Amino acid sequence: MNTVISAENLTKKFGDFTAVDRISFEVFQGEIFGFLGANGAGKTTAMKMLTGLLRPTSGKAQVAGFDVYRQPELIKQHIGYMSQRFSLYEDLTVRENIEFYGGIYGLTFKEIRRKIPQLLHELGLLEVERQLVKSLPLGWKQRLAFSIALIHEPRIVFLDEPTGGVDPITRRQFWETIYQSAAQGITIFVTTHYMDEAEYCHRVSMMAQGKIAALGPPKQLKQEFQAQSMDEIFLSIARGAK
Amino acid sequence: MRTIFFILRKEFRQIFRHRVMLPMIFLMPIIQLLILSNAADFEVRNIYLHVVDRDLSPASRRLIGQFAASKHFVLTQTSFSAELGFRDLEANDADLVLEIPADFEKKLLRENEASLHLNVNAINATKAGLGQAYASAIIRDFNNNLRMEWLDMPDRQNPGRFDITHSFWFNPDLNYKAFMVPGILVMLVTLVGLFLAGINVVKEKEIGTIEQINVTPIHKSQFIVGKLLPFWIIANIELGMGLAFGKLVFHIPIAGSLWVVFGFAAIYLLVVLGMGLLISTVTETQQQAMFIAYFVLVVFIMMSGLFTPIESMPGWAQKVTWFNPIAYFVDVMRMVLLKGSGWYEIRLHVYAMMAMALAVNTLAVLNYRKVGA
Repeated sequence: MNTVISAENLTKKFGDFTAVDRISFEVFQGEIFGFLGANGAGKTTAMKMLTGLLRPTSGKAQVAGFDVYRQPELIKQHIGYMSQRFSLYEDLTVRENIEFYGGIYGLTFKEIRRKIPQLLHELGLLEVERQLVKSLPLGWKQRLAFSIALIHEPRIVFLDEPTGGVDPITRRQFWETIYQSAAQGITIFVTTHYMDEAEYCHRVSMMAQGKIAALGPPKQLKQEFQAQSMDEIFLSIARGAK
Repeated sequence: MRTIFFILRKEFRQIFRHRVMLPMIFLMPIIQLLILSNAADFEVRNIYLHVVDRDLSPASRRLIGQFAASKHFVLTQTSFSAELGFRDLEANDADLVLEIPADFEKKLLRENEASLHLNVNAINATKAGLGQAYASAIIRDFNNNLRMEWLDMPDRQNPGRFDITHSFWFNPDLNYKAFMVPGILVMLVTLVGLFLAGINVVKEKEIGTIEQINVTPIHKSQFIVGKLLPFWIIANIELGMGLAFGKLVFHIPIAGSLWVVFGFAAIYLLVVLGMGLLISTVTETQQQAMFIAYFVLVVFIMMSGLFTPIESMPGWAQKVTWFNPIAYFVDVMRMVLLKGSGWYEIRLHVYAMMAMALAVNTLAVLNYRKVGA
């Protein structure tokens, strides 16, 4: 299998505080990789280093074949990113958001014009094309944000708590979309707080105090920890950390 | 270039969609121009005058008449006691108290010499200074007239009297608005540039979209140009509108070339927008940015020579104004519009502005980071 993300002893320190402490892992192409951990465990910091938003203190990491120290801009060209802090412009319409992000990812006008109806059709958002994003329900916004993160057809997409605050049905729909993308060979790197979502992942890693405390397919982890559910594993790790 | 186009289109869409933004950009400055230009007038009229006339002679009445006839003074009260006069001064009912002593006319006739006493309320120094000067002029006039009459000198024996005549260059009617409107325009254009540009970048930080921008391959120079160019264009349009308005409503002269005005404005706005960007790189919220922008703007305007001449500031303050872009633009506007100066006359201003634009923008770009440390 092709390795698309690799980290070796990746570390981030803020002054005396070590947010991410020598983590090492690999993510393979087409995989849905769950990145779990309690608040403050270092998930977001690790993700920011991998997406070129934050410079690591030490260690090595490659994303899509590019080095995080020397080629952060090349990484950015080849990844998609969707954050919990919601990345669409609320005062622009659905169509305008797609046009903008398509444009800054270097799509031609022709490509954008071709993509828009296709994308809107897939999302079932054709009739709200000219509505402001702020008027859409949260679940729709998140699906739109996900599609926009994929507009330049990246090989890897990073999702930072993509389903925060939506109902179970909408979450389920969202995960179906994720599966479709993974089936097309796109690698999904996703952080979440929902343990049922962790079950959907091919492999998960659990962070505590800046370290990776567990790593493997959900089934294997449950055996290792002799737990019934991911929830139990999460709690035992999070408690052990304190 | 393509990337910049997409950012520009997005920015303009957002600006024109914003319900508060459009009136703020185009309507407010016009209203401010109307109000400020009419209000910021240093010509002192309506100086309240209290006369303590203890002489009650034809001469004293004539002097009072001359004061009353002046457009600068409003005679509010005549009394016989200095105390009443002082009380008026204290109560702010009078700006000036003229005391005419009881033997005024007598002394004038006999000794060819008499004294008057002026009390001036100097809380408002400008008004006090001008009021005193106007009053002295009226008294001098009165004095001359009286002497000419009493001496009854035949013309041929007229002693060597001389008169000073003066002419005012570049603003012959001493039209205050011609002087103020160009300066106020500078202030309004600066306001738009500094506030809107500063707030605009911070807004993306506040709503979190900047993070999304930072994970895209946008180069930071593209982002900055895309962010600032809209306000550069808007500020230039606003300057044009303001000039047209000034010409039509206030009849300000436009002696020089508008190319010079807009050429200079083009460089000047780079400085202002760069400052806005710099502010937005050191702040996290729109409130913080507003506060700093406001602080900077007030200091710059106060020290720009817009309301008080730079030449009358203390030496150190004059040196501070060398680093004040507003001071340069106010000066250039007045030079070009009133005097008709061209590129050659304002070349030093242009060099200073170019240096500042380079310095501020370099600092701002260095300070703006896509990748966190």
